[in-house]
Amino acid sequence: MTVQMKRSGAASRVGRPPLGLAATGLAVAALAVIPLAYLIVRSAEAGSSAAAALLRPRVIELLMNSVMLAAAVGAACLVLGTASGWVLARTRLPLRAAWLVLATLPLAVPSYLAAYGWLVAVPTLSGFWPSWLVLTMACTPYVTLPVATALRSSSGQLEAVARSLGRAPLHVFATVTWPRIAPSALAGVLIAVLYSLSDFGAVAMLRFQTLTWGIHSAYSSSFDRTLAALLSVVLVLLAVVVVVVERRLRRQVPTAPSRSPAPTVPLRWSLTPLLAALVAVPVLGVAIPMAGLGTRLFQAETLRQVDVEGLLVATGSTLALGAAAAVLTVLLSLPVATLAARYSGRLVGLVESLSFVGLALPGIVVGLSLVFFTLAVAPALYQGVAALVFAYAVLFLPRAVGSVRAGLALVPGRLLDVSRSLGVGSIRSWIRVTVPLALPSLGVGACLVAISTAKELPATLLLRPTGISTLATELWARTEVAEFGAAAPYAAMLVLVAAVPALLLSRGATSRRELP
Amino acid sequence: MHLPLLPAASAALAATLLLSACASGTGGAGGDALSLYSGRSENLVQPLIERFEKESGIQVEVRYGNTAEMAALLLEEGENSPADVFLSQDAGALGALSDAGLFEKLPVDVTEAIPAGFTSTDQSWVGITGRARVIAYDPHRLGESQVPDSVDAFTEPEWAGRFGIAPGNASFQAFVTAYRVLRGEEAADRWLAGIAANDPQIFDNNVAILSAVNDGALEAGLLNHYYWYRLAEETGVDNMRAQLQFPQPGDPGSIVNVTGAGKLATSDQDDNALALIAYLTSEGAQQYFVDEVHEYPLVETVAAPDGLPPLESLVNPQLDLADLASLSETQELLAKHGLL
Repeated sequence: MTVQMKRSGAASRVGRPPLGLAATGLAVAALAVIPLAYLIVRSAEAGSSAAAALLRPRVIELLMNSVMLAAAVGAACLVLGTASGWVLARTRLPLRAAWLVLATLPLAVPSYLAAYGWLVAVPTLSGFWPSWLVLTMACTPYVTLPVATALRSSSGQLEAVARSLGRAPLHVFATVTWPRIAPSALAGVLIAVLYSLSDFGAVAMLRFQTLTWGIHSAYSSSFDRTLAALLSVVLVLLAVVVVVVERRLRRQVPTAPSRSPAPTVPLRWSLTPLLAALVAVPVLGVAIPMAGLGTRLFQAETLRQVDVEGLLVATGSTLALGAAAAVLTVLLSLPVATLAARYSGRLVGLVESLSFVGLALPGIVVGLSLVFFTLAVAPALYQGVAALVFAYAVLFLPRAVGSVRAGLALVPGRLLDVSRSLGVGSIRSWIRVTVPLALPSLGVGACLVAISTAKELPATLLLRPTGISTLATELWARTEVAEFGAAAPYAAMLVLVAAVPALLLSRGATSRRELP
Repeated sequence: MHLPLLPAASAALAATLLLSACASGTGGAGGDALSLYSGRSENLVQPLIERFEKESGIQVEVRYGNTAEMAALLLEEGENSPADVFLSQDAGALGALSDAGLFEKLPVDVTEAIPAGFTSTDQSWVGITGRARVIAYDPHRLGESQVPDSVDAFTEPEWAGRFGIAPGNASFQAFVTAYRVLRGEEAADRWLAGIAANDPQIFDNNVAILSAVNDGALEAGLLNHYYWYRLAEETGVDNMRAQLQFPQPGDPGSIVNVTGAGKLATSDQDDNALALIAYLTSEGAQQYFVDEVHEYPLVETVAAPDGLPPLESLVNPQLDLADLASLSETQELLAKHGLL
């Protein structure tokens, strides 16, 4: 049965990639490595004092905190996201579309806003658990959505067979369902873990001292770019470990596309824990923090002065930058994702892993590296829109690669063979066959990038053209001077703007993928 | 979800071009405008810049960010920096840029307006406003007599776990440096050992400490006075739960941190840059900082904001707040006690 499935199934990863594709993939990976190259240049300035700077007990403590937080967030996202995704895809849930939107919505709330909202609600929050909570809620949709999509695109017949053979539900899940959704779930967990490693907004507010805290403190009190670079290298190494582990765990899934609808389970009491997971994420990740923000709003004296024109201009530039970053990033992700989806080997592994580096780094580090890079390579573009959009692409490439790869992997390789056997060249075959079939997942990648771009702050502050403001920078400019009332319309608009691609994402997860 | 790739790409391209057009549009005269990198926030600085533009006829293009990020940006840009002037929230950042040789010395007639102790020792930058170190406390939990009037009180066992500091923040480190200068290295070492052993609540910045006190989550914290007035503007003075205690005169906890400005060596607009810096230390601008920002003016002819102790009553040690070597010794001391 396994053999047959592999044959009828999607791309099996075999052979060496064509030279052109490999070269393009490497070129994109090289772009993603710009921050790393910058860090090496800066770290080298430390010379022999590097070891002493890194082996301080304080650094070890920050490292341990980062690792614990990222691991705990990853584990929680895996459990909550898998549970939510399963309920969304496999139960007779009333108002499923609405639930999907709710499950996606936490993506639209930047972690610094969520942390701030929680602090208004419960001012005494601080340390590991609150940071874990805020980051878990922020990242769970990265697991929920791909799991729901993967479950909707597999028929579920195997589960039915296993159950009819008398297997217990959990056993069925572990042996039949899990192997099919594991790649999607793990790709989401990877994003969650790297996001937690790189986050500074939430941990700064909730006072949990991680490596990013150390990096920011190196910049802000010692003006020490070398120490900041050394600490960032540690983050990169952590990220590499995470990426390698994820690649080991991820196995190729046998897909058995089918037109028959997936059987659904009626809601029953025994599903309560799973339903609780589905409800908890939007409540803890959106409702409570937004309610906190709302109460602060009504205490504010600055509430009256809403600068409508400024708000609209910032909304416009946020949307434009988000769209431009999404398109560029998805285009750049295509060669890397194609390599990862269709081929195997060291080179492919290297290219894919390298493309993930940016995600573990705090925005300020990536921002500075691109200042360095732009001034060295294309000074004319410095502080221009193009350089800013490029920075977003470097920052968010991994988010696009993950979903685009999953989409490409589902396109049956035999379709390409047919196309080629009809005398169509491989690039044209790829454009005419693969891309249209993978379009929904390209859309998912684009939406993820657009959301992340809208929420991004530190790199935007460093690289934006003078005079251009986004919703995030305007929000920051007001909260910096405690003008929470004046900040509120920007916060609300930011969540609203980020909710648009989030809505598209949830629609992407409901639409059943049908493959020939 | 089926986004047609080509239309999406062209829409994005159009959006980018439009945005680029806007970006160059705001530049106005483009390369002619004076470029100011501001580590202070737009809402506070922009009205003043607009006044300057009107009075001088010089166009200023301002890039806003936080002080640390702007300093890192300037260090990264180095010789290629488009900036003419840097406005900083603290002296440490100015010292870092001065150390890296990015500033050009200011003429004496600009720097002499500001008394020693509140400005650079080598004319590489000039102090503009002052911020007093204070103790913020929660009057719901502390009677007035229970509020310490010296930072030394926080090493007492009764304060264990009840107070907040931001050891990674430039303003706290400047205060520790002052402690070292005023009381000597041994005393500073003892004080920090006592603080570290007393389980302080660690915050990232001054605003976070103040919010915690104001929300009843923290009994007392060490910060700059200015943040209280910002928050009072926002919520109304009567709604402020947190109150301020100025440490007694002579206590190392009562130093004044300064904000300041310097001229980049790469600037090709010396006259305009100096005009802007001179304007910031003019009586009009100093009065603006008093009225709108509640900071101490550093020019002696302008009076301090109402309700604040006079600048002379605060400790003003013979201290170079921008001395990085000294700052680095402070950081080593903080690191030794596990606070950094």
